[in-house]
Amino acid sequence: MSYEIWIIIVASLVGITCGVIGCFLILRKLAMLADAISHTVLLGIVLAFLISQSMNGIYMLIGAAIVGLFTAMLIQFLNHKGIQEDASIGVVFTFFFAIGVILITVFADSVHLDVDHALMGEIAFVPFDMVEIGFLPPLPKAFIMLLSILILNIILMMLFYKELKITSFDPALAAAIGIPVMFIHYLLMGMVSVSTVASFDSVGAILVVAMLIAPGASAYLLTNKLSHMLCLSAFFGVLAAISGYYVATWIDSSISGSMAMMSGVLFALVFIFSPTKGLLGKKMNHKRFRSESTAP
Amino acid sequence: MTNPIEIRNLTVAYDKTAVLKDVQFSIPKGSLTGIVGPNGAGKSTLIKAILGLIPKVSGEIKIYGKPYKAKDRLVGYVPQRGSVDWDFPTSALDVVLMGRYGHIGWFKRPGKEDTILAKESLKKVGMDSYANRQISQLSGGQQQRVFLARALVQDAQVYFMDEPFVGVDAATEKAIIQLLTDLKDQGKTVIVVHHDLQTVEEYFDHCILLNKEVIASGVTEEVFTVEQLHQTYGGKLAFLDKGKVMVEQKR
Ligand SMILES: Nc1ncnc2c1ncn2[C@@H]1O[C@H](COP(=O)(O)OP(=O)(O)OP(=O)(O)O)[C@@H](O)[C@H]1O
Ligand SMILES: [Mg+2]
Repeated sequence: MSYEIWIIIVASLVGITCGVIGCFLILRKLAMLADAISHTVLLGIVLAFLISQSMNGIYMLIGAAIVGLFTAMLIQFLNHKGIQEDASIGVVFTFFFAIGVILITVFADSVHLDVDHALMGEIAFVPFDMVEIGFLPPLPKAFIMLLSILILNIILMMLFYKELKITSFDPALAAAIGIPVMFIHYLLMGMVSVSTVASFDSVGAILVVAMLIAPGASAYLLTNKLSHMLCLSAFFGVLAAISGYYVATWIDSSISGSMAMMSGVLFALVFIFSPTKGLLGKKMNHKRFRSESTAP
Repeated sequence: MTNPIEIRNLTVAYDKTAVLKDVQFSIPKGSLTGIVGPNGAGKSTLIKAILGLIPKVSGEIKIYGKPYKAKDRLVGYVPQRGSVDWDFPTSALDVVLMGRYGHIGWFKRPGKEDTILAKESLKKVGMDSYANRQISQLSGGQQQRVFLARALVQDAQVYFMDEPFVGVDAATEKAIIQLLTDLKDQGKTVIVVHHDLQTVEEYFDHCILLNKEVIASGVTEEVFTVEQLHQTYGGKLAFLDKGKVMVEQKR
């Protein structure tokens, strides 16, 4: 398959994976936590490398999942001890991120990772990093990793759909009827962490946040049903990926940057034009209402 | 037979200061109990502690003679309406269905039977025509009724309701009280946090006066006296004619 197609497929997988899981972050008002985790997984990746001495994707996923969960726990702990949530998030993630950066620079010779790459990703290289598994034709590593994580996420979400829903809407009731609220919380955080790492190589740590939040935020404005929101969000993720790619080739700029920009542009469009919750939609409704009420 | 609710020496603290001190009372089966006390008295905290939502410092909480276990499905809960985000993308029917989640078990979705129960329960609170309405498009009183319907499908033995009458019109309030009285007549035990002192004697057969400690608890006629109310509200009461009382608006 051609170079271009692989980039679009991988970016779309990022859009779907992050878009769907991001919905739950938005509904739980945890968008900032996504920001935090997307940064601290850097530390997980570096530690995984230093310990295993390899760039194997599995070790990185494990490292990221552990550090991501640890981030979520530490934030929860500080918050519980009376530190404001935004302050806890800010302190924890900058600290972990800084350690990650320091480790990379100290071990710069042996780590095939640099901070730029980690932050911005380089999706253009994705089609050159192929692996062969069994009798399958050579496939990009990023594709295999993202597809596995996406499938894993979808299975977990189907298994725990009602738990994810009720703990997002009313954690007190959930706890009262015996649903393990904290387990579901950390399950979600674990999913966010591994999704972030899987997307990390392609779009970079910072731009993962755009894919985690913007598609879900757009979907939120268009529907009143959770399942529809999840599907719409995946759709917006893909749309941002594809349109971002063509914008990037058109103006010859960073692919991941353009994708993140397009997810923002799509959000702006929805924000203005959404029939029920958009700026224009609200105006139109008022207008219609006025003309109806003044009609003879 | 053991009482459905038995609380002994319960102390709860958020930080260092105790919010509930040495709370002790019991509630008999088939009663409708009002919990009355000023803002910040610890009424919501008491309910949350009983449900194990916040840890207790010391004391004993027994539901039908055993420590509270969610798995026993003995308890239904109506939180204060402001405790959830009503912009959540979900419908009234969906919210009521959440009351069934404790019965459904892992990895399963609500089935046909659950939906039928949820619809019946919406009908009981007069909300059947709003089943598919998104919850942000309901009025405050309608949202409160959805919460009530959700508690009803929990099919519990004991119900805790935190201020179910806030933002509800007089007709709905009467309808809800009728519903609670029906529950009581079925032998269920209902505990309601209530703010309107005018209606306490009319609505509740049992009563708990709470202000960090239990000032009094028991049968309403014995507990709901001017003197004990004074003690509960710390002199913030104004007395109207014929022994009726109300809380003085403090500005
Ligand atoms: N999460 C919390 N952390 C710290 N203190 C809290 C917390 N929740 C409540 N409190 C404190 O505990 C006390 C009791 O609060 P609670 O919500 O139980 O009162 P209440 O009787 O339900 O009041 P209201 O009538 O306003 O609902 C208050 O002084 C409050 O400031
Ligand atoms: Mg309260």
